Amino acid sequence: MANFTPVSALIGGALIGASASLLLWLTGRIAGVSGIMHGALRERGAWRWLFLAGLIAGAGAWLWLAPPAFVARSGFPLPLVLLAGVLVGFGTAQGGGCTSGHGVCGISRLSVRSIAATLTFMVAGMISVFVFRHLLGVAS
Amino acid sequence: MTPAAGRNAGALAAGLLFGTGLAISQMVNPRKILDFLDVTGDWDPSLALVMAGAVGVAMLAFRFVLKRGQPLFDGEFHLSRLTKVDLRLLVGSAIFGLGWGIGGYCPGPGIAALSTGSVEALVFVAGMALGSFLYRRLAAPRS
Repeated sequence: MANFTPVSALIGGALIGASASLLLWLTGRIAGVSGIMHGALRERGAWRWLFLAGLIAGAGAWLWLAPPAFVARSGFPLPLVLLAGVLVGFGTAQGGGCTSGHGVCGISRLSVRSIAATLTFMVAGMISVFVFRHLLGVAS
Repeated sequence: MTPAAGRNAGALAAGLLFGTGLAISQMVNPRKILDFLDVTGDWDPSLALVMAGAVGVAMLAFRFVLKRGQPLFDGEFHLSRLTKVDLRLLVGSAIFGLGWGIGGYCPGPGIAALSTGSVEALVFVAGMALGSFLYRRLAAPRS
């Protein structure tokens, strides 16, 4: 557990929880990034695009103010990244949410569906890493 | 402020806060995600604490927010009314998890990582848009 960063994880997580609370309080919407993205691609209205723009700008501003200690990954096969993106896009559309919508907002509402979804994608993710990292030896 | 302007400003503010949280917690680093999912390797539990911090704050705040009859800039809360755990939910979540474990990106960090100018993030987000489109064309329930 050499890479464990508990303090920044808790602070960052608390900000994400505050963001979800702010969005629900002001707009009545769930801060599920996949749902907002799928909606932005096919529904009218600016708020989804503004949320996504804020997501990029907020991350960019912090990384600019406090350049990260980690070295960006390089040489990871781009076809695998594309495959990962397609699966994530398809799966979150079918499953109705991702780490933020189900994992943060749904669990906070004690939704049984979200708890089931979160357990499922966590276990699937662990199996996926085992297969790709350890069995197939994809370096990451 | 009109309700629509309030919703737009609220969404932008929430997005900024969300992105800052993802950057502070280093969730924009895909290696950190893969190290969390790598329970048989050199495990990094950070992601669990990100979720715990987020759920801790949201669980408390949601109670107060939902006690109000309606949000500040809208007439109603837009919450899912679905309650049944069905195959569609579980299969979709499993497909998402498979992709998550391949690339180390879920939707939030993938989009936030666009800010780093990373080619990977760009390819990932394009893939997500394609996956979203494929789902609508091939698998979405006809209504």
